[in-house]
Amino acid sequence: MSEQHLILLALCIPVIATALSAIFQKNINLREVCTLVSSVCLIFVVSTLLEKVLKGEQPQLQLMEFLPGLAIHFKIEPLGMLFACIASFLWLINSIYSIGYMRGNKEKHQTRFYIYFAIAIASTIGIAFSANLITLFIFYEALTLSTYPLVTHKGSEDAMRAGRIYLGVLLSTSICFFLPAIIWTNILAGTTEFTNGGILNNDLGQGVILVLLMLFVYGIGKAALMPMHRWLPAAMVAPTPVSALLHAVAVVKAGVFSIVKIVVYIFSPVLLSDVIEFNILLYLAGITIIVASIVALRSDNLKRRLAYSTISQLSYVILATAILAPISIMGAALHILAHAFGKITLFFAAGSIYTVTKKTTVSELDGIGKAMPWTMGAFAIASLSMIGVPPTAGFLSKWYILQGAFEVESWFAISVIVMSTLLNAGYFLPIIYAAFFKKPVSGNEFTYQEAPWPIVLALTLTALMTILLFLLPDIPLQLVNLLAENIS
Amino acid sequence: MINSHLPVLQVLLPLIAAPLCVILRQSVLSWLFATLICFLSFIISCVLFNQVLESGVISYALGGWLSPWGIEYRLDKLTAFMLLIINGVAAIVLLGARESIADEISSDRLYLFYTAFLLNLTGVLGVIMTGDAFNLFVFIEIASLSSYAMISIGNDRRCLYAAFKYLIFGTIGASFILISVGLLYAVTGTLNMVDIFQRLPDVENTKTLTTALVFFVVGIGIKAAIFPLHLWLPDAYSYSPSIVSTFLAGTTTKVFVYVLIRFIYSVFGYETVFVQEAMSHVLMILACAGILYGSYLAIQQDSLKRLLAYSSVAQLGYMLLGISLATEAGLAAGLIHVFNHAIIKVALFLSVIIIIFYTKTDSISKLAGLAKTMPLLMLSFLIGGLSLIGVPLTAGFVSKWFLIKASFENGYWGLVVVIVFSSVLAIIYIWKFIEVAYFKEPDKVVIAIDGNQKTPYLLLFSLFVFVIANVYFGLDSSLNVDMANAIAQDFYLDFVVQ
Repeated sequence: MSEQHLILLALCIPVIATALSAIFQKNINLREVCTLVSSVCLIFVVSTLLEKVLKGEQPQLQLMEFLPGLAIHFKIEPLGMLFACIASFLWLINSIYSIGYMRGNKEKHQTRFYIYFAIAIASTIGIAFSANLITLFIFYEALTLSTYPLVTHKGSEDAMRAGRIYLGVLLSTSICFFLPAIIWTNILAGTTEFTNGGILNNDLGQGVILVLLMLFVYGIGKAALMPMHRWLPAAMVAPTPVSALLHAVAVVKAGVFSIVKIVVYIFSPVLLSDVIEFNILLYLAGITIIVASIVALRSDNLKRRLAYSTISQLSYVILATAILAPISIMGAALHILAHAFGKITLFFAAGSIYTVTKKTTVSELDGIGKAMPWTMGAFAIASLSMIGVPPTAGFLSKWYILQGAFEVESWFAISVIVMSTLLNAGYFLPIIYAAFFKKPVSGNEFTYQEAPWPIVLALTLTALMTILLFLLPDIPLQLVNLLAENIS
Repeated sequence: MINSHLPVLQVLLPLIAAPLCVILRQSVLSWLFATLICFLSFIISCVLFNQVLESGVISYALGGWLSPWGIEYRLDKLTAFMLLIINGVAAIVLLGARESIADEISSDRLYLFYTAFLLNLTGVLGVIMTGDAFNLFVFIEIASLSSYAMISIGNDRRCLYAAFKYLIFGTIGASFILISVGLLYAVTGTLNMVDIFQRLPDVENTKTLTTALVFFVVGIGIKAAIFPLHLWLPDAYSYSPSIVSTFLAGTTTKVFVYVLIRFIYSVFGYETVFVQEAMSHVLMILACAGILYGSYLAIQQDSLKRLLAYSSVAQLGYMLLGISLATEAGLAAGLIHVFNHAIIKVALFLSVIIIIFYTKTDSISKLAGLAKTMPLLMLSFLIGGLSLIGVPLTAGFVSKWFLIKASFENGYWGLVVVIVFSSVLAIIYIWKFIEVAYFKEPDKVVIAIDGNQKTPYLLLFSLFVFVIANVYFGLDSSLNVDMANAIAQDFYLDFVVQ
């Protein structure tokens, strides 16, 4: 099969899954089989494309030109390939988890859930493969719209309010800042294609470049750079599989992925470090990391703590990009990967606890490790990855980021990373300690067993992956090396 | 032979057909007849469009009396483009009209509606075709009088008030236009637009010319419902029979935007309007105020028709904004939005018509959970709404893209802010209904869908045509964008460079 067909197929498989879920909505077993089979197919297609990319090819597909000079155009470069791999692989695991969770909690509207979920995955793949800003923007908006019904899944007044915040922040930032930034870029550069070495010119001057960069960074509200972060805690009303895949992986990663891609292929790090005297993006990201970590430390609700931890970890990626050294940008790409596996495990664990015990706060978890060893074991591994302790994937990305920070001697970045590592430890380790070593409060003894097997299977797999990625980081490293070649 | 007379046939056909409807009387027959005429008229406009593209400007001397003595019909690309929009909207809307208006107009007056509709079409087409300033006024009056009749013909008694309000406003507007034409005649001694344009340089910088321009802008401001002269529009749109609102929203106001463009570029001239009188800034401020005010009020509305009416005020602001930039790109952007807004607003109004057809209400608060009972219809509304907001791959996005681009190119940062901010407001007022219809559990009392109603197939067909058009012109906008660019280019080649 030609590469064009493969790209088209990667986009279509989730859409076909949507149609099949709708057709088989009466027979829920068949419906779930369809979702699983489609995700396996998607992994197969993406890995075929991965082989090509690893050989140094950049498969392309141009669909239609809907405005003069503006086409829907896909081109797979290493960073997008990495993102597509993460999204497609985790879709499979998350589908297994969803089956356990949705049935275990007897959620309503399950078919609707699977349908919008698959559309969200298709949009994510579209974002990953986009070859120009306009294609990216189209799928970015599609992702926002398709995840809205998932956020408001419960249909309660709370969920509706959260949905309004979600849609309001994401759509208004993208229309108010992102779109004008794209149009402006198109006027300045005459194109919006992602190109090695950037498309913007040195002689634009610091002012224009900075304003444009800020428009992009704040226009991409999905990256949750403060103060555009409010939608993420709000989105936590969604069922846990949604929080896990979308608000720890697909949606938020689409945000930081777009920022990295724009910095690398629109501005180019070389241009930015030449032109900009005061690297404001570095400081914005640093402040977000610290503030979000402190909020996480103070929140008792587990999912809320995880959400703020996500906000802080996303800004790690932005910080790493803003350091502008090739090696730190490699670190940014690796952090997208490492955080995806770590955070999805944490959310899986939170959902597992909720499914079995209906508990949502940190202070109720004393001694739960005895009752749910697998869940809390996975939670512990993922927490270590968040903190950046070997042998987990989180160590790998932090290593690269710190190396970049030392290379450009950015003491601010280094101190932020060190401080936030301490803060990460501060809000994750007490949970693990309480779960395994504290005695349950009397009258609150745990009488439960582990969660349903699909849930346990899913979270064990992702926890294993965080360790495996440390031990065998071959493929991701090849991809980020290719990315580094594109930068210089 | 007949080809050379098509320009006059375009206007004569509906004019002759209108009284025939009175003779036919019977409602279904007159509907069939009127629809047939509209489609014929659409075909004529397509042929004319082709002719203009092939052979350039067509000048037709009415009755063989050459201008400046006789009346000249003058077709350039802009004319052909507008004819296509108006005829297309009229034909497809009227096709679906019968099933909806039976509920809103008593059956013994139905044939009068079709008569008024055809007369209105005559007036509107005449306004577009004519190259004579006084003749333009005559056609404006034909269009206006027939639209007063169409608005007041409904069963809802509030439409009488709305029509009266429109009558007062409209008459003042038309009189102002007449005064302006009179003043132009006084200083140039001719009514033919081309002649006026050629003789105006002799009377540059006179008070009379300034007065004429001011009277014209205010008059057309009322007719086109440019903020703050829009006060007649919300009532007229929300109380008139739904099909009338649809037609007015898709055509009438657009025609007055056309007249504005025509007078700026072919009568007063770019030089007079934008250079000497600094009309650009006045229009720009009005446009921005209208955009923000219209969007803001749309958010407040509970009635869908009224919501769409205020949204129209805002959208007219976009067209005016494009024109007020006084550049080729700006004019093109304005024209693109004239086209796109026609298909967006008609699609939205048609879906509201079908909602009213089934539920007998257009109050948002009573339509909770509508998407469960009418999924396809709500999907149509959703697509129309997304297009109005300007989501990529819909027609609305194309408009926004060119408007923002034109503003950027002139360095008008403030305008970009206004456009994107009003898009956010559009999200709010569209989402207000989407959320209620899709995600709110239906109240028990409300959605009493009339199961006995026959499915309005033709109405649905009309709706789908416009919904598909919204997607099609979002995916491939070459037709309207190329045309608008060509028109703008012509104007700037002809007049500005001179």
